[in-house]
Amino acid sequence: MSQERVELTLTVNGERHDVRVEPRKTLADTLREDCGLTGTHLGCEHGVCGACTVLVDDEPVRSCLMFAVQCGSQAIRTVEGLADGDRLHPIQQAFWEHHGLQCGFCTPGFLMLATSVLESRPDIGDEELREVLASNLCRCTGYQNIITSVHAARDQMRS
Amino acid sequence: MTTGVRWTGRSLRRFEDPALVRGLGRFVADVADQHRGTLHAAFVRSPVPAGEIRSIEAPPGAPVLTAASFGGIRTMCARLDRPDFVALETPVLASDAVRHPGEPVALVVAGSRAEAEDLAEQVVVDIEATRPVLDAAAATDPAAPTVHAGLDMPMGNNVVLDARFATEGLDAAFEEADEIVALDIRAHRQNALPIEARGAVAAHDPATGRTTLTAANQMPHMLRTALADILDIGEAELRVVTPEVGGAFGQKMCVPREYVALVAAARLLGATIAWIEDRSENLLASWHSRDHSYRLRGAFDRRGMLLGLDADIVCNIGAYSNYPVTFGVEPLMAMAELPGPYRLSQYRVRSRAVTTNMCPIAPYRGVSRPVLTLAMERLMDTAARRLDLDPVEIRRANLVREFPYAMPTGLPVDPGSYVETLDAAVEALDLEGFRRRQQQAAAEGRYVGVGFSVFGERTGYGTPAFAARAMEITPGYETVQLEMNPSGDVTARIGASPHGQGLATALSQLLADELGVEPRHVSVVHGDTDTTPYGWGTFASRSMVIAGGAAKLAAERLAAQLREIAAHQLEASPEDIRLEDGSAVVAGTSVGVTLPEIARIAHHSSHLLPAPMEPGLSVSATYDPGGTFSNACHAAVVEVDPDTGHVHLERFVVIADAGLEVNPMIVEGQIHGGVTQGIANALYEELVTDDDGNLLTASLMDFLPPTACEVPQIEVTHLQTITDASITGAKGVGEGGAIGAPAAVLNAISDALSPLGIEVDEMPATPARVRELIRRAQPTTTGGRT
Repeated sequence: MSQERVELTLTVNGERHDVRVEPRKTLADTLREDCGLTGTHLGCEHGVCGACTVLVDDEPVRSCLMFAVQCGSQAIRTVEGLADGDRLHPIQQAFWEHHGLQCGFCTPGFLMLATSVLESRPDIGDEELREVLASNLCRCTGYQNIITSVHAARDQMRS
Repeated sequence: MTTGVRWTGRSLRRFEDPALVRGLGRFVADVADQHRGTLHAAFVRSPVPAGEIRSIEAPPGAPVLTAASFGGIRTMCARLDRPDFVALETPVLASDAVRHPGEPVALVVAGSRAEAEDLAEQVVVDIEATRPVLDAAAATDPAAPTVHAGLDMPMGNNVVLDARFATEGLDAAFEEADEIVALDIRAHRQNALPIEARGAVAAHDPATGRTTLTAANQMPHMLRTALADILDIGEAELRVVTPEVGGAFGQKMCVPREYVALVAAARLLGATIAWIEDRSENLLASWHSRDHSYRLRGAFDRRGMLLGLDADIVCNIGAYSNYPVTFGVEPLMAMAELPGPYRLSQYRVRSRAVTTNMCPIAPYRGVSRPVLTLAMERLMDTAARRLDLDPVEIRRANLVREFPYAMPTGLPVDPGSYVETLDAAVEALDLEGFRRRQQQAAAEGRYVGVGFSVFGERTGYGTPAFAARAMEITPGYETVQLEMNPSGDVTARIGASPHGQGLATALSQLLADELGVEPRHVSVVHGDTDTTPYGWGTFASRSMVIAGGAAKLAAERLAAQLREIAAHQLEASPEDIRLEDGSAVVAGTSVGVTLPEIARIAHHSSHLLPAPMEPGLSVSATYDPGGTFSNACHAAVVEVDPDTGHVHLERFVVIADAGLEVNPMIVEGQIHGGVTQGIANALYEELVTDDDGNLLTASLMDFLPPTACEVPQIEVTHLQTITDASITGAKGVGEGGAIGAPAAVLNAISDALSPLGIEVDEMPATPARVRELIRRAQPTTTGGRT
């Protein structure tokens, strides 16, 4: 049942969000409902599909499996923070160029997952990259063009 | 048509994508979360597959709505006008009986979804459980429980459709046969599984008396009509909006009971109420798919020619009918299209729909065709093995080569590249080389195999195709309204309702060529019943054929008007005017007038228009084709681990022919996605219930969509056979990948295991099933492997 709400300050994409949430509220729901950041999508709410992937202190997490109250002192990054104004992030640009999305619902999760791995391991090889991308589910693309897109972004970000 | 730059045929980047990659796409849950004051609904569902509702008790004062709250709501009932059909009525909320697990019984409304779910858990539904019947074959037993007690079932217990067709010479064909091949095909129950589950927001506006339903849906206009009919309100009081939709694959085509209840609740409470389905609800009680059994007999001569085909098809359609296409879509499509691209004159089929205490069935990518293709392709491979023929040769011998061809059911097949795609697949695979590798592998005790699947995919179903099923609600046509504004930009309003396909981009390419403008000057408006013409939405690989055809016709009308105005301005003949690069020019000269200039005249200086032309630049056109066939050959190479039953997909080759490809990048993406779902159907995905009807696969830990690690690189080659069955030349793409892949994969597994005499006729071919077949084939030699 409903719980008493707690006050919390989240830092999302470098901006502070003062929110009052129930301790049971997930990070995903808080980002969407209290911070107005609906780019983070929910596909299963049990930590399998990865559509809700965001970065917490640059590590990819399932935001449906984390409580907002766990994230008060950490830096959260969501899909809304990838582009620099009108300029798309190389990973966003690559998904666009290489048809790495169809319906676009799983896309924010894949973009955040890929961003994290390419930032931490810019030289990651194709096979390992495929394994990392197997963390998330896509139902439209058959992963073919997601993989192509992430390869292209990797090469772009290296150069 | 422009003689300048052509946009059709280019892999133009999609206009849809910049917003989506920035997280700015607006999906239904976003609409719910962005609207302040939205209430949230949770459904109370039946925990049992069958039973009588004794009482529903809610905590005092809790906002719980039941069937009684809604008073005179009608049941949902879509019909086929045929004597072998029994109509099933679906109550919006169950009130007396429950007939499948997860059936909605009550609706709870609260300030947040969490609170609504908390309250839903406190609602006590007292159900006296009765014995369920879950299996279609068991349900037809006269002693089995009757799912819809009291309903007259003249064709047998729980049999709600019993359709038959036979040619006269079938028995003679079987008498003449050198070899009769019999096999039983089983396709288990699956879920289309869009990553965005279903969901809707119903907003009632007391000021206007209108209710807007924003819904994850493929057929917004049909949904509006259905809501009006079921709720008995004027259709003008309703607006249906389909925002970004996170995949659908058929699951968002039919009208959900939950959406009807949501609109009724919003009108009752004068509120905005959202229901966002969770994944477990989606797996349990959205719509299920497949669950077909085929008993097939093929009569062959010794050269492998198919002389006759005899089929008995049973579809477990679950507890209720879907709306509007009815449960008939499964058995009737199966019987009409089973023979596929193989020349056949003698055909007998019986195709039944059986109701059970399972979740209702609705179309899923390919509908019956993944299973009927599996049936025919398994028949061809099994016959080839029996007759000691090569699987490629038996197909070459039987495939249709001359067009137009008519199936034994009379269904016309327009020109395609059936033999050509097979030959190209053989070449792409280096089949001879593969056979050598296969022999080497066998010598090492390894099981590798190749499987082919050749099929036609009927697309562009117009009204005549659906009318042949005697559907009370007969879909088919599409209308496109085209307008050029005073600045010369073009707006196309369409009844189709794309949800990830990129249709807005592809249509803008097509229209750009017709009107001599750049695609960026064309915007496509869809998914809002207030601003688009009545249409049937997006399903069945139809959009580029039908909405594309209507767009082309509308563009021809608009182009004629532009040419006439230009000719009047330039004192030339309209026949000499070319539309290109944003201008109307007199052919062979540099004399011209820009389209924005023409648009200004049409809107702002209409006194300068040639008489009797009316002001403005607005046209409309409708297209309703008879139908066409895309076609393809799929080929899979697998290695089977005999110890675990695990199937490793080494290669997957697709030779696809969807006619004209307006945007090849989009076409290829559709093939990738379809093939991946087909592979998933073939190997991984299955909804499993226990004997009491409890779903054992109610999470994505148990129902297993493939990840990037399970799907091999899909090698696609494109052929383009243009026929006059489609005025754009496009034949439609979307379902084909899912249709062909299961047969290719199961044929490959059977080829790999042929040294053990194993034929795999059941999908998904999970490790447990494959291992069981191996165990049975090696009763004495398995040793430690059991």
